Amino acid sequence: MQLEIPRKLNALVEQAHLVATEVFRPISRKYDRAEHEYPVELDMLASVMDGMNEGDLGGGAGAAKLKRDVTEKGGAVRNGANMATVLGLTELCWGDVGLALTIPRQGLGNAAIAAVANEEQARRFKGRWAAMAITEPGAGSDSANIRTTAVLDGDHYVLNGEKIFITAGARADLIVVWASLDPAVGRAAIKSFVVEKGTPGCTLVRLDHKLGIRASDTATIQLTDCRVPKANLLGSPEIDTKQGFGGVMQTFDNTRPVVAAMAVGVGRASLERTRELLRQRGILGGYERALYGSTAAEAELYRMEADLEAARLLTLKAAWLADNGIPNSKEASMAKAKAGRVANHITLRCLQLCASVGATETELLEKWARDSKILDIFEGTQQIQLLIIARRLLGKSSQELR
Amino acid sequence: MSKNPMAASLAMLNRFSSSPIVHKLGLYKPAQTAARVAVREGFKAQALITRQFRAAQKLVRPERFQKVTKASDAFDLNLTEEQQMIRDSAQRFAREVLRPMAAKSDEHAAQPEGFDAQLAELGFSQLSVPDKLGGSASEAAVVTGALLAEDLAYGDLGLALAALAPIGVANALTRWGSADQQAKYLPAFAEPSPPKASLAISEPRPLFDPNELRTRATIDGDGFTLNGEKSFVPLVDTAEFFLVAASLVGKGPRMFVVERGTAGLKTVADPALGARASALGRVVFDDVRLPTRALLGDGVDVCDFTELVDLSRLALCALMVGTSQAILDYTITYCNDRIAFGEPVSHRQAVAFLIANIGIELESMRLLTLRAASRAEQGLPFHRESYLARVLCADKGMEIATNGVQLLGGHGFIKEHPVERWYRDLMTISTMEGGALL
Repeated sequence: MQLEIPRKLNALVEQAHLVATEVFRPISRKYDRAEHEYPVELDMLASVMDGMNEGDLGGGAGAAKLKRDVTEKGGAVRNGANMATVLGLTELCWGDVGLALTIPRQGLGNAAIAAVANEEQARRFKGRWAAMAITEPGAGSDSANIRTTAVLDGDHYVLNGEKIFITAGARADLIVVWASLDPAVGRAAIKSFVVEKGTPGCTLVRLDHKLGIRASDTATIQLTDCRVPKANLLGSPEIDTKQGFGGVMQTFDNTRPVVAAMAVGVGRASLERTRELLRQRGILGGYERALYGSTAAEAELYRMEADLEAARLLTLKAAWLADNGIPNSKEASMAKAKAGRVANHITLRCLQLCASVGATETELLEKWARDSKILDIFEGTQQIQLLIIARRLLGKSSQELR
Repeated sequence: MSKNPMAASLAMLNRFSSSPIVHKLGLYKPAQTAARVAVREGFKAQALITRQFRAAQKLVRPERFQKVTKASDAFDLNLTEEQQMIRDSAQRFAREVLRPMAAKSDEHAAQPEGFDAQLAELGFSQLSVPDKLGGSASEAAVVTGALLAEDLAYGDLGLALAALAPIGVANALTRWGSADQQAKYLPAFAEPSPPKASLAISEPRPLFDPNELRTRATIDGDGFTLNGEKSFVPLVDTAEFFLVAASLVGKGPRMFVVERGTAGLKTVADPALGARASALGRVVFDDVRLPTRALLGDGVDVCDFTELVDLSRLALCALMVGTSQAILDYTITYCNDRIAFGEPVSHRQAVAFLIANIGIELESMRLLTLRAASRAEQGLPFHRESYLARVLCADKGMEIATNGVQLLGGHGFIKEHPVERWYRDLMTISTMEGGALL
């Protein structure tokens, strides 16, 4: 048993940290203020990341590399793309969550394509930036309830509906749209379709103004008789009521640890900066005195650090399971639930500890306190994660434990 | 030493219960009942063993465990084959022996007769003794120790602590003991009937901090004089010797080996709300004269007190993980079976979410503990990691304890179910220092 980061991934962590300090932090405040302005600085970064992935960094990292690996039994333990990705994202989000979310070609849609695309699709969509469109005005966490429809008409599916909360929806080349082949059937009929930007009938309605991650665009699109080639359906076109969500939900087993990793990154940023600021007030936090012999501020730092460390290890465990071909749905949700709430708590408490220094715009602490909130919401809210975990622990179906 | 009749019968039952044929024939339940009946009356005060510790061989230099070296530096949660074997036997012992004994042991604040023999048969303490001194280990298996503590505490925390207290002392002797101390005490831990010993760090006052000891040792001629009082000492009535933390005036915290029977040493039972089966108590030192050789380690090779406290905290964390796992498993079954408003209470989110959170925080406790343990056995710094594990386990252990009882409602409050005991056990360990050590 060994719970340290392997040396072979150190280079990746260092590179990602360099990007965070040299690229993200200097422009962090700028794009928080200039919401909806495209961070041109990231184009160069995206090319560098593509180059890194084409190199031999242990199978690469990033949204397009996430996949539950299939290892032979008895094979060597793998620390692969899932672990590399969570480690990379932790560093990037230590820099800036909003900017990390808008790195070209690293969208959630890319993860969906990686998880379920066939070979032909994988080839065709390679190197494209893909956003993900699931949520609708009337369906969020209950994604089985989506009302966007897809009707087969010759060689095309015709899509109709409205999608909201699409991260990078205006910036991406592709949008992976969840739509139902038959709303009467429920979740089994929900499929994902890759919609090329500029496809007639797919229009951008608006970009939302948000509490945090303002560097990342959040789009609403309208689909009106939008014709998508049959070959753009991801996964099986059959409605298999036994398989249910299967295909589309697989994506989440792989991306939840990534969101957890993002939360760990922003939480660590807040905690580290707060430690620096408190050190100037003589709060050293050297793990010397017993918890209750420490000052209140020190004890608060220790508790936050312990929680953050738990979130980090849960995240690594979920990624390790995926890298080694072991089902990780419960662990992925545990990581997401713990990291989401811990990061939010830490950024808020750090703001309080630093008083006006924490709450005003001279420091980034107030920004991190705004950014962190979304991490406990998107890719499944805290409450949805608890439902998933509880069902797994209790052996309950979604009918029984609703 | 020949086994007493109850030990023999329990050992027989254990072999009996591992036979697949017994299970096939459905004989297992009756056997368990027999085991319970057997232990019911077996809490008579145990005769103190008066063992003379004497070095049978002379050691030129102390035997130390090697650091654990890994084949690869990959992040890896897999167990080794040896760890899996030890877990299998510990889990079986916890399930079939400790759990059925737990309620009565709690009530009597003692281990039942036969417990020692049963435990000795499994040979766990041999893992703490270097092979040159008769043990079966060559490296510091800290992770294995954590897994063992977790698995035993799953059966019963108090009995697990009783089992681990001597092992902790052996671990400390192997890690820091001088050649003479090792030769004198360690071989006995590899014998069929290992000695009882106990690690005394806590002192009876609020806001206790192991770095601010009031038990004091003063240099006095060719030895030391020890004064003070220790609390939360397991096996207080039966330990043959204690490893005692005291502030050596002018030097700082040190550990001293103090044998029962030393003039000025007094032990007093001081049962706590939980971990009662470990027979907790106070040890009072009133001008206790100790020879120079009582100081753990020798002049140059003195015990690292911070490391000792850290390894002790990790043992306590691992115990809390085991008991928390017991709560999780028990509440899952209970909430699935308990019907209210026409369906299992587990169908309600208010109930299900408490269970989900127990699952999350339990895994958090486990991972922090194991990471610190893994660093320790590889010779990496682990003070920060064990400090944080301790902070998290104390907080989340308390949360799991109280929510465990809550999930059973009124039934959680009565002794028909074990959850109220686990509540008391977790709260006790969350305040403890010392007692066990990985």
